[in-house]
Amino acid sequence: MNKDDEKSKVFTRRAIIVGAFQGGLLAVLGGRLAWLQLAQGKKYKTLADRNRINIKMLSPTRGEIVDRFGVPLAINNQNYMALLIPEQTDDIRGSLEKLADLINIDSKKIEKILLESKKSASFIPVEIKDDLSWDDVSKLEVNITDLPGISIDEGEIRNYPFGEATGHIIGYVGAVSDKDMTDDPILTLPGFRIGKTAIERSYDIELRGKSGISQMEVNVRGREVRELETEKSVGGQRIALTIDAELQRLSQQRLSEYKSASAIVMDAHTGAIYSMVSYPGFDPNLFTRGISTENWEELLSNPAFPLNNKAVSGQYPPGSTFKMITALAALEQNLAKANTSVRCTGTYEYGTDKFRCWKLSGHGMVNVTSALMKSCDTYFYKLSTDIGIDNIAAMAQKFGLGQKYNFDLKEERAGLLPTKEWKMNEYGKNWQPGETIVASIGQGYILATPLQLAVMTSRLVNGGYAVKPWLVGYVGHQKIFQEKWPLIGIKQENLDIIKTGMDQVVNNNEGTAYSSRIDEEGMQMGGKTGTAQVKRINRAERAQGIMNEDLEWKYRHHALFVGYAPVSNPRYVCSVVVEHGGGGSAVAAPLARDILREAQIRNPAREDIKLSQISSKIGGIYG
Amino acid sequence: MADRLHLSTDHNILYKFQNFGWGLVLLICAMACVGFTSLYSAAGGNFDPWASKQIIRFLIGIGGMIVVSLIDIKWWFRLSFPIYVIGFILLIIVEMMGHIGMGAQRWINLGFIQIQPSEFMKIAVVMVLAKYFHAASKEDMKSIRFLIPGVLLVLFPVALVMLQPDLGTSLMIVMAGVAMFFLAGAPLWMFLVGGGLVIASLPVAWLLMHNYQKQRVLTFLNPESDPLGAGYHITQSKIALGSGGIQGKGFLEGTQSRLNFLPEKQTDFIFTLWAEEWGFLGGVCLLLLCGLIFAYGISVALQCRHAYGKLLATGLIINFSLYVFINIGMVMGLMPVVGAPLPLVSYGGTSMLAVLVGFGLILSCNVHKDTKLLRI
Repeated sequence: MNKDDEKSKVFTRRAIIVGAFQGGLLAVLGGRLAWLQLAQGKKYKTLADRNRINIKMLSPTRGEIVDRFGVPLAINNQNYMALLIPEQTDDIRGSLEKLADLINIDSKKIEKILLESKKSASFIPVEIKDDLSWDDVSKLEVNITDLPGISIDEGEIRNYPFGEATGHIIGYVGAVSDKDMTDDPILTLPGFRIGKTAIERSYDIELRGKSGISQMEVNVRGREVRELETEKSVGGQRIALTIDAELQRLSQQRLSEYKSASAIVMDAHTGAIYSMVSYPGFDPNLFTRGISTENWEELLSNPAFPLNNKAVSGQYPPGSTFKMITALAALEQNLAKANTSVRCTGTYEYGTDKFRCWKLSGHGMVNVTSALMKSCDTYFYKLSTDIGIDNIAAMAQKFGLGQKYNFDLKEERAGLLPTKEWKMNEYGKNWQPGETIVASIGQGYILATPLQLAVMTSRLVNGGYAVKPWLVGYVGHQKIFQEKWPLIGIKQENLDIIKTGMDQVVNNNEGTAYSSRIDEEGMQMGGKTGTAQVKRINRAERAQGIMNEDLEWKYRHHALFVGYAPVSNPRYVCSVVVEHGGGGSAVAAPLARDILREAQIRNPAREDIKLSQISSKIGGIYG
Repeated sequence: MADRLHLSTDHNILYKFQNFGWGLVLLICAMACVGFTSLYSAAGGNFDPWASKQIIRFLIGIGGMIVVSLIDIKWWFRLSFPIYVIGFILLIIVEMMGHIGMGAQRWINLGFIQIQPSEFMKIAVVMVLAKYFHAASKEDMKSIRFLIPGVLLVLFPVALVMLQPDLGTSLMIVMAGVAMFFLAGAPLWMFLVGGGLVIASLPVAWLLMHNYQKQRVLTFLNPESDPLGAGYHITQSKIALGSGGIQGKGFLEGTQSRLNFLPEKQTDFIFTLWAEEWGFLGGVCLLLLCGLIFAYGISVALQCRHAYGKLLATGLIINFSLYVFINIGMVMGLMPVVGAPLPLVSYGGTSMLAVLVGFGLILSCNVHKDTKLLRI
């Protein structure tokens, strides 16, 4: 009991100390209150009673996006919008209904605005309608006194002059979703848009700019009396792309003859992308104001996936365009020489399995160059069993397949390069020799994107430099590209053998793309056709005489072509994939020819990318 | 004396209500009424959307408080540790959900109510420490070996709350924990050494802080550096408060709070609205009201005949006072903006419920002040 008493005494003493401490803190709070309300009350009263300071954020102008010659690809147009500031009226519905009599707003929209106005603080403006016509603006101006709580604001709206042609590269901007919210207060501005896809997304921060602040003195009724201080907004930085807008437009036009296709033109030495088209595309202008459900569903239901940039995210078996890799792998390992010959009888037997060459009657004796020229399958079947899949994959890896490049479009995909280890991890099974044979002609597990095929071809024809693709040249004044690339480490003589083969594919009358050659002197192209099988036609179907063209669209072959020009001094590389388009030589090669011819005529490489000025325009006032 | 102790174990309901501590209930209701009035005003003279809901929550909360207070303190004594463990598990669940949801997660949604385990934990830590120190002798309080488990009881949940990350709440738990050690009679030199260590480790803490937390501290030190962010709110809050003057602008006349860019006027900045409309007099009345509640709580502790109740009641009243100091200090620019509500006044269900449960426990200490608790 004695101990308890002592303990209790300690507690009592200390509890009183705690109580005194609390009392002291309360006194501090009281003192602060007295300081603010009594000592400084007058000062704050003047600030508050007669006038109050209204701080507005000034929205910055979004940076423009231009092509390599300064042609605008994304700009900002003036945009008038009607805003509702809920705290300025007691009868929001009344104001909105009166407004609906003047300009076209449907009743559903009114309910939506009412709901939205309740969600956030009443001083935050809610967007009622944007992109008002001059007619609407003047009607509003005249009647503004009868519309309490409603105001007109001038802002900017994103516009993409090339529409569908550049949709996949530029992307689009959209309203800020909860997911996009960060600490940046700029995101709370009404009508503020941020990049949602492609360059608009990858470079959103650079394009966004910095908001300004305007401090206004406002009287009790909320009318602005005078501006106290303004810190101007700083526009976003202008971004200069490597694209040649005209080449882009022409390529897109040419591809639109097919149901679903993509094509890239790239600089073999620097890696700059001159054009990159994925057809069908979409018009990004549809998105800037919020796309209609109808349009959205149409885009989603299209079997050719217009929203996807297939040039960077479409993954296809490379088919015969992969044969250069198999050939190089053999040459580098001394498993084949320039004159190593194989007899093609139309069938290659391995164990009990039979692998057929596309030409059933066989090609007779072929060597590396003629096998490439005629796209003989047997030659590569024969080589592949000696090389092994891991060596083939390692060579493909050196030429940029099966990897991402940290490209300016985050939509890029890595494709797939199978190895023994990969198959064990993925399927828990051993690699079969037959699978190597299939892989040697770019079938089976192997997948590559059109961008990767362009990179592969560039590295084959540029003297063996490990070039990587890029789209953005300048951000504001800052140069952000790399033009010099390290050597991969492949023997020059072997690369020359491959180049000779690719030259003959197009320019030898036995070549698979001879009919697509470019005749103009000094503009000839080289390349390689590819036809990627999607579905095998089985024996029964073959017996019935079913051909690939008779199948349903989605089961037909992909048509591929990788090309470069001019043959004498390669500069432009082009890769083309026509989804389910049929044969590479019949469909893809003519496309590549037209695009490469156009690229050489326009010759976008003649000039370096222009260093563009930082846009210094001041944005509209939002508040 | 033995007789009294014997009698005290089976109080009937009538006895309990006679010795209930109605004064505290009255003070609580008065403070809640300040909240209703301000919320009514914040909505521009409307019960919707805040005041009506707040009244309903308060009535439910008061019901809960009475139930908590009528339950014999023996039960709370026995349940202290299990409650702590449950709170701890809930914190871990929240932490895991947060990782899955890829972001700060502080809530568990039970469908009809969202529970914020860290609120719950503030009470549970006080309960578990009160129990831990209940049977401690004077020698125990001097032995490091006895004190270290107590320190861990505080630090484990604090670490979890920090991970959420919720620096404000974790600091509040630490402060309440330190106060519990002090009240239980830990030697003074430990606090001096501990304080010294904290000051020495501040630079390290700065490096570990999230960017937004650093920003808050910087803004507090120099509000003009962030005119559109947190600093702006403080500036606006000070203008609204200051312009209230002695008598205030009158009920529903607080133009600054209602019209201006004062965010969360119904939650964190409600004191600003009150002091603008009711002036210095109103503000001081509210502070006095808080002071009376503190005093009531401490007097309950002093009259309580068992160490558990003494420690519990004081610990909980310290929790309450921390809220008050942090919130009011913040809106007057004395503290960084940490996002703490003003208990009983700010709009919000969870904090209201947690605070009323805390008061229920204090009242239980009052009703059962003579109950004999075993030394375990």
